[in-house]
Amino acid sequence: MSLLGVTRLETFYGASQALFGVTLEVGEGEVVALMGRNGMGKTTTIRSILGLERPRTGTVSFGGQPISGMRPHRIARLGIGLVPEGRRCFPNLTVLENLLAAARPGDWTVTRIVELFPRLGERRGQYANTLSGGEQQMLAIGRALMTNPRLLVLDEATEGLAPVIRQDIWAAIRTLKGRGQSILVVDKTLSELLPVADRCFVLEKGATVFSGPPAALTAELQDRYLGV
Amino acid sequence: MQLPLLLEQLLNGLQLGVMLFLMAAGLTLIFGVMGLINLAHGSLYMIGAFACASVAAATGSFWIGLAASLAAAAAAGALLEMLVIRRLYARDHLDQVLATFALILILSEGTRWLFGSFPLYLDIPPLLQGAVPLPGGGQYQLYRLAIIGVGVLVAVGLYWLIARTRLGMRIRAGESDREMIGALGVDISSLYTIVFALGAALAGFAGALVGALQSVQVGMGEPVLILAFVVIVIGGIGSIKGALVGAILVGVVDTMGRFLLPQILALMLPAAQAGMAGAALASMLIYIVMALILALRPRGLFSAEA
Repeated sequence: MSLLGVTRLETFYGASQALFGVTLEVGEGEVVALMGRNGMGKTTTIRSILGLERPRTGTVSFGGQPISGMRPHRIARLGIGLVPEGRRCFPNLTVLENLLAAARPGDWTVTRIVELFPRLGERRGQYANTLSGGEQQMLAIGRALMTNPRLLVLDEATEGLAPVIRQDIWAAIRTLKGRGQSILVVDKTLSELLPVADRCFVLEKGATVFSGPPAALTAELQDRYLGV
Repeated sequence: MQLPLLLEQLLNGLQLGVMLFLMAAGLTLIFGVMGLINLAHGSLYMIGAFACASVAAATGSFWIGLAASLAAAAAAGALLEMLVIRRLYARDHLDQVLATFALILILSEGTRWLFGSFPLYLDIPPLLQGAVPLPGGGQYQLYRLAIIGVGVLVAVGLYWLIARTRLGMRIRAGESDREMIGALGVDISSLYTIVFALGAALAGFAGALVGALQSVQVGMGEPVLILAFVVIVIGGIGSIKGALVGAILVGVVDTMGRFLLPQILALMLPAAQAGMAGAALASMLIYIVMALILALRPRGLFSAEA
């Protein structure tokens, strides 16, 4: 049974429609890539799943339970950990406080987060606004993991980072996958994303136009839906 | 000029500052976290004073009255937040000012209806009656000293709450990104209710403490509210530390100004004129200080913005 199921989701910003029928699915323990060019509705899809936008039609279910229309904190508490686009660490909290503020009990503890991202351990007492972009990204991932989510949602987690830091983030994603963490990833680096993904969904103009294993996403399809 | 008198006035200033801090702490938290301008904060101060005075009169104990003031103001705050205030967060400040001004009128009339228009009186508890000697030979009211002590304790407690506890982390996180803290699973609505009730309890506590120094009457909160707004603007909106520093500054400057300005002017002007001009200047003094501070630091002394 799938962990997250999204069917024919339509979301509007005021009068303008952003999603025209997004369908996707994440199974237990799967890493699923959500792809598409800029402005095709990836972030809106994620915001709609988390209840940050209210979809007009369509359904979202998590762990077999319908969650559309629920308030964001209820959805998050069912076990979705968001790493948002732009990181959004709390600048006026220290690294440790960022990790603890919304933590929920489970396997992930500060100690284990520091094992995954040693640099966060070194920066423990620093305010988040003094961190580099890469460190903030690590903190945003650590903060989401501290809620001990069944599904981790990564929205553009490597965007705007130095290549070395990107490698660290991808390594962490592979480690998480190795531990059986279910992940929904939005990213533009296909060379890193495709090897780690079990399944891909491609959005164009707010609708799902492709779903299948990474191998089925041929060069021609990549060019049609993802090429610049 | 004698030292004891100066010292007494300085302590009076501190005591006023501490009271203002209790008011301003809630006001600045509510503005900082929820972005809400709450004009009805003075009414919560009044509710605390009335609860303390009436419960103390009924039970004969100031302390039970004090506990009642905390409970009544916190409950009133939580109720107001759930019924009215939470509908205002998404609105602009003008709507908030209008709605909370309406709350002042409703709460004042409600109190008048319940207690009548005669002021209530609250006695200083026997334990804190009397005076303590000051260095240099003066005497100072023990109760006022106790207020200063309590204010310092509340400041320490509040600092600990905000800086060291999970609730405090969430409050600060909510100040910087309320959507994000919600998306991580924290219930913002109940966080807001808690913050509002906490601010209300502090205001009610301040009202109860002051109730023993002046009469408890409808409308007692609004003059304090205006000063509390001056305090949070000086201190930097959203900052508890700023509220503390701003409150002490306003309390001391206001009190010392009223005491010293007429005397200083008397050195240059005839006595009658010096008295009038001094009093007029003294009542403007905190606003002059506010204008100066804003000219140098437009966001206040300790802006919470990161």
